[in-house]
Amino acid sequence: MARVVLEVRNVTKRFGGLVAVNDMSFDVTQHEVLGIIGPNGSGKSTMINMISGTFPPSAGVIRLNGQDVAGKPAHRIAQMGVARTFQLVRLLPELTVIENVVAGAAFGHRRRWKGEAERYAQTLLDRVGLGGVMNVPVSSLTYINTKRVELARALACEPEVLLLDEWLAGLNPTELQTGIDLIRSLREDGRTVILVEHVMDAIRSLCDRCVVMSSGCKIAEGTPADVLSDAEVIRAYLGADEDA
Amino acid sequence: MFFILITGLLLGGTYALIAMGLNLQYGVARIMNLANGEMLVAGGFAAFWVYTAGQVSPIAALIVVAPVAFVVNWLIYRIMLRPLVKRAKSRGALEVDSILATFGLSFALVGIMSWMFGGGYFNYSYLAQRVDIFGSSYGQNRVVAFAIASLIAAGLWLWLSYTRAGLNMRAVAVSPDSARLVGIDVTAVSALAFGLGGAVTATGGALISMFFTLDASVGVLFTMKALIIVIMGGVGDIRGTIVAALILGIAETFVARIIDPGLTLAAAYVLFLGVLLFRPQGLFGKQPT
Amino acid sequence: MSAREIRNLILSAMAFGVVALLPFYDTGYILSIATTMAMFTVLATSWALFSGPTHYISLATAAFFGLGTFVTGYGFQTMPYWSLPLIAGVLGAGLAGLVGMVTLRLSGVYFVIFTLGLAELVRQLVTWVQNRTGQRGMYVLTSITERDIYWQLLGMAALVFLVGWLIGRSRLGFALRIIGNDETVAKHSGINTALAKVLLFMVSGAAAAIVGAMLAPRYIYIEPSTAFAPILSFQVVIMALLGGTGRLWGPVAGVIPFTLLWEFISRHAPNQTLLLLGLAFLLIVYVLPGGVVGLQARLKHRFGQGGH
Repeated sequence: MARVVLEVRNVTKRFGGLVAVNDMSFDVTQHEVLGIIGPNGSGKSTMINMISGTFPPSAGVIRLNGQDVAGKPAHRIAQMGVARTFQLVRLLPELTVIENVVAGAAFGHRRRWKGEAERYAQTLLDRVGLGGVMNVPVSSLTYINTKRVELARALACEPEVLLLDEWLAGLNPTELQTGIDLIRSLREDGRTVILVEHVMDAIRSLCDRCVVMSSGCKIAEGTPADVLSDAEVIRAYLGADEDA
Repeated sequence: MFFILITGLLLGGTYALIAMGLNLQYGVARIMNLANGEMLVAGGFAAFWVYTAGQVSPIAALIVVAPVAFVVNWLIYRIMLRPLVKRAKSRGALEVDSILATFGLSFALVGIMSWMFGGGYFNYSYLAQRVDIFGSSYGQNRVVAFAIASLIAAGLWLWLSYTRAGLNMRAVAVSPDSARLVGIDVTAVSALAFGLGGAVTATGGALISMFFTLDASVGVLFTMKALIIVIMGGVGDIRGTIVAALILGIAETFVARIIDPGLTLAAAYVLFLGVLLFRPQGLFGKQPT
Repeated sequence: MSAREIRNLILSAMAFGVVALLPFYDTGYILSIATTMAMFTVLATSWALFSGPTHYISLATAAFFGLGTFVTGYGFQTMPYWSLPLIAGVLGAGLAGLVGMVTLRLSGVYFVIFTLGLAELVRQLVTWVQNRTGQRGMYVLTSITERDIYWQLLGMAALVFLVGWLIGRSRLGFALRIIGNDETVAKHSGINTALAKVLLFMVSGAAAAIVGAMLAPRYIYIEPSTAFAPILSFQVVIMALLGGTGRLWGPVAGVIPFTLLWEFISRHAPNQTLLLLGLAFLLIVYVLPGGVVGLQARLKHRFGQGGH
């Protein structure tokens, strides 16, 4: 039986009167790629934000390797081993590409500094396919390359769990294939990943398991093939389309 | 005790008007205008000038002061601040730029005003008789200033709540990007709000000059008070602004009467500190649970 | 240490050596201006250590400075003279720590406003206490000469440069650059942003308080309204930004011309100093964003000298 890295138990988030996430529970085991999917506004990003400590849950427990992280500040959670990317790419504009990645290495889960951090950052940039553009300012990068830098920065923390918040969104079809291949290679490295995603092809080919959210609740959990044929899941997606 | 309460309320009414001006500028146009206090002093100077030179009532002077202040502030937004909004890469960069630019404006205005009017104090005697309210007597000018401030504040609130232009303004205050999507000209609305805010503040200045001694360099003190009120009341929250202004007026009056008149700013600061520590989202702001 | 760093270190040491010889040449007007420059060099450089990378504009310099002068004012008769700057530094760091803990978790505007009023707040409190105890200003009569103050300030400047250089090479310095770029990313990369900001603010608060303690003998008579004069905070901001905060040497490039200009204006048109201050702010925003450092970088870029 694989080891459980992240446990989410009865987590709820209220914003004023609005319940964004309602009593969510799921596990992520080691070396697993878990997809969180669902229509827009179903609470996926809120879930990711609670796991990474952007804000605390209103109720419930989140355990990382058995330690409760719910409500801890984001920097503590990052140090304990959760790294993330952002829905809208966030790079450090005044820093070079390699400095952006060193930023992840210097303060994250396994800390590196100076030469060691730079060598590690170089390895990761090579890993995501950016070996040639290390010392350029990030403003000169193409869109997919900014995403690659952000991914390398998250990897540089050497996280126990990597959270990718719609990392594939906005890519053109060729870039999308490159992106999917890149994430697949992470999976082959044995990384533990939570993937919030809309792109169905990516979900089918990348995820070991999926959790489906609708209006803040979990409505299904299982392999991508199972959940995507689930009647309630189909209704949630189509229903959302009608609303929109 | 009752006397302090009423005096504080009267003062707070004028503060509310001034802070509403700043709140329009910061809440809608997203510019923290640190030259706001100088607009107030300029309004006060204008009232002083028409009263001493032409014996025109400061209240009548509002008819000129408000439109002129509107135009001046509108121009300041279009010429000085709009380029900063355009070049800003992030909200943070705009914040730093606008703080520095409006500080510059503030000092330049103080320099110009003390050059034009000298560095001395300005006061004049208008409606200085006393009126009795519940057995204590108060300066008539304070009561009149309070009444006019309340009227203008109420008018502004009605305008923001029930007119199309007011709705546009509130939309920009909530989310400039979404407002743009539904066809609102965000730049025009921001300029309008900035001009309107300046007019409201200058009006407050003309009113306050009826009972308060001003000098060219006192503006920054009012800027600070207005900022404290806006933060205490919550950015973009008119009801909060009014309540916060009244609280500040009462607290200042209380400290000045009971402890020491030299500690009014300290009183404002204690309130500010309390808000920062316990309710950084403002008095009525929603706290995420 | 790279060859370039060693070269810079030697050059800086030589520059300090030359500047330190000034009192042997002149002990009058020139030394007086040089002392003012040395004072602003320490204040602006230490200000930039914190405000440069984080983009938080602190207007609290006058509060820390005034605190320092009062430490000397109260302590010079009863305590050994050398201990006063140390006490001032500790108190300055403590005050900065308190202010930082309250305000630095919040957005930049709150911080500016709070620091803007801090000097006035402390001044009102000190005045109140003095009124209650029946005290007015106080005389600081010592045998300390302008020359001594000048050398003390130069020593302090060297210390601030050294600290700045060490911070720039450290994780803390790197963390602050990340915070200045994007605080959210900083947090999610494992940086305790509040702690990093408070630490640096404490460094600059301590430096300003020490400078105040060193300068108290120069004023001879100190009272709250002059010791906490808010104009000092603005002068420091302008000098630092005029020079540019991107490099350690940046603020000095603003201190030298602005001190001379200020001196000139306050001699020949004393009523126009505020206008000058206002125009300088506008100049920085509209003509010289990034200050002299930024200008130098742009010129370098344009003429392609020296690479990056």
